[in-house]
Amino acid sequence: MGTKELKKPVGGNNFTKIFRNQIFIPLAALLLLALFNLIADPGFFKITLGYNNLGNPVLSGFLVTILDSGSEVAILAIGMTLVTAATGGQDISVGAAVAIAGSVLLRVLCGRDTRPETLQAPIIVAFLVCCVVAMLFGAFNGVLVAYFKIQPMVATLILYTAGRSIAAWINNNELPIVSEPSFGYFGGFIPGIPIPTPFFIAIICMIVIGLVLKFTNLRLYTQAVGINENSSRLNGLNPKVIKVLSFVILGLCVAVVGLIKTSRVSSINYSVIAKDIEMDAILAVALGGNALGGGKFNMTASVIGAYVIQFLTQTLFKFNVKSTALPAYKAVVVIVLVVISAPVVREWFSATMKKLQTKEAA
Amino acid sequence: MKKKLVSMVLSLAMVAAVVTGCGNDGGSAPASTDTAATTDTAASTTDTTDAATTDTAADTNTEAAADTTTDAAADTAASGELIKVGIINNDPNESGYRTANDKDLKATFTEENGYDASFAYSNENDEQIAAAQKFIQDGVDYLLLSAAGTAGWDSTLQDAQDAGVRVILFDRVIDADESLYEGSIVSDMDKEGQTAVDWLKSQNLEEYNIIHLQGVMGSAAQVGRSGALTTTAEAEGWTIVTQQTADWNAETAQQIVQSVIDSGKSFNVIYAENDDMARGAVAALDGANISHGVDGDVVIMGFDCNQWALQELLDGNWNYDGQCNPFQSSYISDIIKTLESGGTLSEKTIIMDEKGFDATTITADDVANYGI
Repeated sequence: MGTKELKKPVGGNNFTKIFRNQIFIPLAALLLLALFNLIADPGFFKITLGYNNLGNPVLSGFLVTILDSGSEVAILAIGMTLVTAATGGQDISVGAAVAIAGSVLLRVLCGRDTRPETLQAPIIVAFLVCCVVAMLFGAFNGVLVAYFKIQPMVATLILYTAGRSIAAWINNNELPIVSEPSFGYFGGFIPGIPIPTPFFIAIICMIVIGLVLKFTNLRLYTQAVGINENSSRLNGLNPKVIKVLSFVILGLCVAVVGLIKTSRVSSINYSVIAKDIEMDAILAVALGGNALGGGKFNMTASVIGAYVIQFLTQTLFKFNVKSTALPAYKAVVVIVLVVISAPVVREWFSATMKKLQTKEAA
Repeated sequence: MKKKLVSMVLSLAMVAAVVTGCGNDGGSAPASTDTAATTDTAASTTDTTDAATTDTAADTNTEAAADTTTDAAADTAASGELIKVGIINNDPNESGYRTANDKDLKATFTEENGYDASFAYSNENDEQIAAAQKFIQDGVDYLLLSAAGTAGWDSTLQDAQDAGVRVILFDRVIDADESLYEGSIVSDMDKEGQTAVDWLKSQNLEEYNIIHLQGVMGSAAQVGRSGALTTTAEAEGWTIVTQQTADWNAETAQQIVQSVIDSGKSFNVIYAENDDMARGAVAALDGANISHGVDGDVVIMGFDCNQWALQELLDGNWNYDGQCNPFQSSYISDIIKTLESGGTLSEKTIIMDEKGFDATTITADDVANYGI
């Protein structure tokens, strides 16, 4: 209802065009959720400037929390969109891979001692090692998918089941704790800057992928491989390399998320860190209206989809939904969103709209 | 065909996600492939400890030295004197609780203490049953079992009884006739919750506005720890500001507490059902500059007694931590000693003592002794 009113001034022809645009659905969902919260409690949008326990200025409020905690899924959605587009399947091992990445990061930072007074290695070194490891695991998935022609979901099932044990094994099942305050910046606030760092990191990732898509052939090649592997091969592309590359890029995203997640609490719990985050990342891709069977993709839509999920989660927390009922509420909203963002429904809807428009005009 | 496969895999993945390990720390069961690897390493470590204990025994204890020298290499020959136990446990990588539990068992059931112990690990019921049958064939005297699943043990335990193997359950109960096992040692999650809530009551706060962070819904630890708080809050007229599951997860707990802070509701107690969630909650409080712990505005309560959590208590950042006791081996060896001397157990089910630590009274020794 609200969306219809919003779009009216744009005019008939443009209306259909906008509705056909992939980015419309996640944006509409976002607006709908925002409208719902506005009616229920305008306080939802209040942002206040306060100070944290270290005396640094910080912004707080629901919107800030959404931008903050939605960042991890947004970053993963970037990689997941590429994997989905190139292989027509999804990587279900990202949660476990985040555990591995975080474990490697802490292992390098803490060295042999699990509670060191000072860091054993600079954070940047630890992060680079963690990037390399996460990309290797991504490449492992990619090779299984591209060269051994295993269904992506089956191939990544291996790491999905084994990943958390590997993560525990990397640190001998100890729980390292980093006492260095600067490590907390990545999941919290940089002194003097009141906006949460994870949001900055997400923005950087978006800019980087935006530039890569603009100035390289990554988008074209990925879509070509996703739409028709054989014809892209006949046109001189190497589909296998493109597929592996998409998994490696996802691996890089995983490493970044591993840094944010471990930084948030300066520690790690192998069995629950980033639990079920793969489902949220896949959902973000679906909410973005991307075909889960591969082919064309819209990166912006996926990223907005990720923030929609966080918006929804935060709304449910705010309304104090009973813990036992929480997944059910979430599922209902998700079903509605996914159904209306399905290409079939969108086509049908815009066709009906067109009919109505011509009737009105006549 | 493709679609069918995808849907099958999806449902498989969902089932895998639903299966959770020990309720104490949550987390799903790690890989079975990996479990096999752990069994291998465990076997080799037992071997090395065996060798080590033989050495020390030779130095210190003359009697034992005489024994070990006569049957030098043959381990099995020595079992004539030793009590042979087969221990079936869940994967020690599952959680900090399980790691501590495994370490404790390994420390007690040594040759020095008169035991010849073999270990098997798995989070899968069928693999555990296979291990149990192997132990029965090997002719162990006692079978110690922490079952992955509650059902399907009847025939195996019957086999054990027929073969004269005595079964003791620890940590987990199973759905089998009581006559099939000698005794079971368990944690009482309801009591853990009640101890914590009684402590909270004894604080005599002016008002109680509680944020209740729950574990994975339906797990034994969640049910016990939630139940006590809910009933007492009703009886005492305490306000539950929010009650939400964070699935044992620190980051989710942080988000939930953050959302309460954002909404501007006031609260003065955080009751987190494990240490990780308490830590997530504290991270949210720190971000909003809300003081917590001893002399702070918000009382922080956690469970499981991780060493780092007890350290937080000692530093005064938290107020309370409830124990979920993983140190069951002393209870088990007491039972074995009683049975060996021909005695009988007064009760089949033994509930362990579980402590609750207060930040104002905890000592550095407690942190070292009870931290897991």
